[in-house]
Amino acid sequence: MIAGVSTCVALALVVVLVPLAPGWDAVRASFFDGEVFVRVFPDLLRAFTLDVAIFAWSVPMIFALGLAIALARGNTNPALFPLRIFGAVYVDLFRGIPVVLLVYLVGFGIPGLGLPRPWNSPYIWGTVALVLTYSAYVAEVLRSGIESIHASQRNAAICLGLSERDTMRYVILPQAIRRVVPANMNMLVALQKDVALLSFIGPVEILRQAGIFKSLLANFTPYVAAAVIFLCITVPATRYADYLMNRDRDARS
Amino acid sequence: MPDPRLSLRGVTKSFGDVQVLRGIDMDIAPGEMVCLIGASGSGKSTLLRCMNGLEPVDDGAVRLDDVDIAEPGFDLGPIRRRIGIVFQSFNLFPHMTAYDNVALAPRRVLGEDARERIEALFARFGLADHMRKYPDQLSGGQQQRVAVIRALAMRPQTMLLDEITSALDPELVGEVLDVLRRLRDDGMTMVLATHEMAFAREVADRVVFMDQGVVAEEGVPERIFSAPERERTRRFLASVLR
Repeated sequence: MIAGVSTCVALALVVVLVPLAPGWDAVRASFFDGEVFVRVFPDLLRAFTLDVAIFAWSVPMIFALGLAIALARGNTNPALFPLRIFGAVYVDLFRGIPVVLLVYLVGFGIPGLGLPRPWNSPYIWGTVALVLTYSAYVAEVLRSGIESIHASQRNAAICLGLSERDTMRYVILPQAIRRVVPANMNMLVALQKDVALLSFIGPVEILRQAGIFKSLLANFTPYVAAAVIFLCITVPATRYADYLMNRDRDARS
Repeated sequence: MPDPRLSLRGVTKSFGDVQVLRGIDMDIAPGEMVCLIGASGSGKSTLLRCMNGLEPVDDGAVRLDDVDIAEPGFDLGPIRRRIGIVFQSFNLFPHMTAYDNVALAPRRVLGEDARERIEALFARFGLADHMRKYPDQLSGGQQQRVAVIRALAMRPQTMLLDEITSALDPELVGEVLDVLRRLRDDGMTMVLATHEMAFAREVADRVVFMDQGVVAEEGVPERIFSAPERERTRRFLASVLR
């Protein structure tokens, strides 16, 4: 009740006060032009399918590589110590570089080597940049999941005669992966947004398409339309991740 | 005594600065049921874990059928199939049904789809209706019986049981002890760390009292419980049998 009233008051203040700002008319004309919105929306939606496609083919690679890095970092075999080091360096490196910088470096740098078509495609190298960054994050999430499984589970498996490999595959990983589903969902929401960074190196996805419309129509409304399209995907996905996380917490308490 | 199934000589084990086992000598004959008793921290659990190589020993020999499994670099895989172990906290795999918990190791290690054998085990221990349930749908006593079945499915010659009733509500202890009675009647070699003194007295062939990492006294249950020779055995029994 109190929450409802205070929300309405806050909303009313925004609605009343913002239009009083001196530049409101200009802003409304250039950002919230209904006609422009309707005109560009279908094309933006079409361009957004490219974002979804890049997202879709990146995800399996991110999880495969992330899992490999997590296992490399977690192995305790002294003979495989170099793999452990490699995993640690990989994670430090690619978590430490801003995504947009990596998109520039990989997306412009590697095709700059003079690779023949189709190996100079920005789709390939943009995807590589996203996969490098996100697999580093996913590796850390998975590793925390693996380490959260109590040692008694491993002991029980080893004492039954299971190999280290089978213990990881049948006992530890299934539990660990389940436990980090919510964290990985948040990762996917972030990835869906970061796909738009590929616009900087060429692919005409939604952000670049909006930029083209902006120049064409001398109006910023296409950016607002693009934001709306992103929200339609990311808000439900974030809510779903929150739901999973809460359910997980309730189940454990 | 026939050739021992399991034979320990001068076994020592430390965790950091704490010496938990300070020179254990012990022989366990095939078919024998040995109960380890003693206060918490006396080294019972650690001793069991050294018997199947789960904890590497610092010094000494652990011979299973005359093969020293405590040698550094010894391949423990095949040994672990011959020694089953059951833990206080069950340690069932929570993401698998009771049946899958039991079937995993026979399938992966022995390459055997032991369905009939496993179903017979569930039936024998009164759990035929619970095979498809997950561990968190079972009572503590049922979970612990599944853990025993899981160990038995590998057809071990020896079973190590580490305080397997200590985490159970009192009314559930009986059903797990019944399982052990039946294993004993089968002639299973068993080493059992326990606080159930009445049970130890009833079923053990031999009781070993451990104190501060050594075997303080051992003998047939009748003698240990009615006429302990050592002062510290008397003191321990007085404290638990009050």
